[in-house]
Amino acid sequence: MHEIKESSSPAEVERERWEQQTLEPALDKHPERKQSFQTVSLEEVERLYTPADISDLDFNRDISFPGEFPYTRGIHPTGYRGKLWTMRQFAGFSTPEETNTRFKYLLDQGQTGLSVAYDLPTLMGYDADSPLSEGEVGKCGVAVSSLADMEVLFDGIPLEQVTVSQTINAPASVLLAMYLVVAEKQGANWTKISGTLQNDILKEYIAQKEWIYPIKPAMKLVVDTFEFCTERVPRYNPISVSGYHIREAGATAAQELAFTLRDGIEYVAWGVEAGLDIDRFVPRISFFFNAHNDFFEEIAKYRAARRIWAREMKSRFGSNHERTLQMRFHTQTAGVSLTVQQPLNNIVRVAIQALAGVLGGTQSLHTDAYDEALALPTDRAALIALRTQQIIAEETGVVNTVDPLGGSYYLEALTEKMEQTALEYFRKIDAMGGMVAAIEKGFPQREIQDSAYHYQKAVERGEQVIVGVNKYAMTDEPAEVPILVIDESVRTHQLERLEQTRTRRDSGAVANVLEKLKTAARKNENTMPATIDAVRAYATLGEICSALRDVYGIYEEPAF
Amino acid sequence: MSNRKIRVLVAKPGLDGHDRGAKVIARALRDAGMEVIYTGLRQTPEMIAAAALQEDVDAVGVSILSGAHNTLCPRIVQLLREKGMNDCLVLVGGIVPQEDLPKLKEQGVAEIFLPGTSTEDIVKFLQANVKPRE
Repeated sequence: MHEIKESSSPAEVERERWEQQTLEPALDKHPERKQSFQTVSLEEVERLYTPADISDLDFNRDISFPGEFPYTRGIHPTGYRGKLWTMRQFAGFSTPEETNTRFKYLLDQGQTGLSVAYDLPTLMGYDADSPLSEGEVGKCGVAVSSLADMEVLFDGIPLEQVTVSQTINAPASVLLAMYLVVAEKQGANWTKISGTLQNDILKEYIAQKEWIYPIKPAMKLVVDTFEFCTERVPRYNPISVSGYHIREAGATAAQELAFTLRDGIEYVAWGVEAGLDIDRFVPRISFFFNAHNDFFEEIAKYRAARRIWAREMKSRFGSNHERTLQMRFHTQTAGVSLTVQQPLNNIVRVAIQALAGVLGGTQSLHTDAYDEALALPTDRAALIALRTQQIIAEETGVVNTVDPLGGSYYLEALTEKMEQTALEYFRKIDAMGGMVAAIEKGFPQREIQDSAYHYQKAVERGEQVIVGVNKYAMTDEPAEVPILVIDESVRTHQLERLEQTRTRRDSGAVANVLEKLKTAARKNENTMPATIDAVRAYATLGEICSALRDVYGIYEEPAF
Repeated sequence: MSNRKIRVLVAKPGLDGHDRGAKVIARALRDAGMEVIYTGLRQTPEMIAAAALQEDVDAVGVSILSGAHNTLCPRIVQLLREKGMNDCLVLVGGIVPQEDLPKLKEQGVAEIFLPGTSTEDIVKFLQANVKPRE
């Protein structure tokens, strides 16, 4: 008989007994398949989780009920029994006309919200006719250079009724202005429109790298949108703090969680510093996470995210306002996990990742199309992606009860570990002086690069399996799938409209509003009113960003 | 044979900021004993060719995920040749549809590495194809 330590809990005693009586003989007969089992983030996973692994957790303090602090089990007391998540497929390609047609098609198929993907020139604040835009117009998203494009993009789509998410960051305030002016022209009341602007500039410096201005003025533009929306567009979410791109750049699940939430804290701190009332603007801050392959790790990440956010809003900022403490988030399946090889396998990956998002309690979801490792999705691939969500919602039964995996020893232990890892990162970043300072030092960037490299090596050693790539590869692949091709005629089409816009507008008025915008930027006033006036006068995106570049300068990435 | 290390310029042309691949490749080539210069983001073909000449590299590895490869890659090859860098290999890594592969090769791209390629394969390709210098 082994001696039992005096300090051992009954759960630990039982666990030791099981190990000796049952496990060890079984291991002697059938050794495990490998020495170490790891998540996709290369985190070690134990053989078994028991009550001993969650003995430090207190149900009321750490897990609790849905709709109550710390919201580990979700922000709605009824989960998805009341309202399903919003099925919001990210779409955008080619001309505004083409994307408008895709939007209408998706709405006809039962999609419940829209999400706009802009092309690279738009993301970088260049017009379609800039020499830097050559070869990129309409390729990775829809091309928008002025209000004239935005009018076509939302033609026949009532913005007071449909919520629209816009993936735009460095020039976000300009695209928000265009959106508001289109809504106004439709006769919509700004106080009634809802939707989301990504507007998360910190993750651009960290991961996605579509920046324009240096960090501090870029943060000022973000705070301008917070202030403007709080007063004038109160139902609109002026930011979606995004871990998605951080993860795609190679971060582990815990790094995605830590950096995204610390970014969120940074935005709150800047808003509070600017004199905004925390309980008026923070309730409109939303989040955006990745859904990667490791099922439980992802669910733990979402549950930990809600818990950390609620606790941090309380402990750092002293808020007790329910809506400030409740984290709402969008989820997208992991583009980086999709393979070019045997592309139909991606349908299965996406379904499992989407299920993790749902079991994590996401408010809205985008499911990637199976052909997205090859190109932007075809209609057919986009439809299957939407149907995947509808099958999860209508057929699997996972929506019938709130947080169905809550209480799982493994999941609760993993949720706790996620939280602790994130808090450790918070301590490091706080010690550097906050997230802006940490980014200037290259800290999150280096952490992510290291993780990306270790993951690549683990794949090359065969420790991380990618079906169809480093295992079960086929030399004779099944027939190729059709892909969407965007040709250079898009550029010609866009250049024509841009030319017309420049001819028809009152150029004196444009020069005037651009000068007003520069003055507002120089005086450190809120830039939104002047941006809206510039958009109304049909100043182009490139002209507006160029005016702000004159005042703010441009960002140069340090080498690290 | 000289003991000169293989010198590679890893380049990221176009407006796209997705540099995960470029940075992983740069590190893998360094780990394999090569000298690697990374251009940073948003380099024009002219800037890339100038850097290749200045750094006297044996190969330029171009990372493109945005779909702009047909516009950018042939121009990079052409500019290198105009500068007399006839032996400088141009490799492309990223998302390139199958039907674009033959044309890129005709235009002078030495090899295109698609998603799922092992970094070891890229190392081996460079070791086998870079012309030894006098």
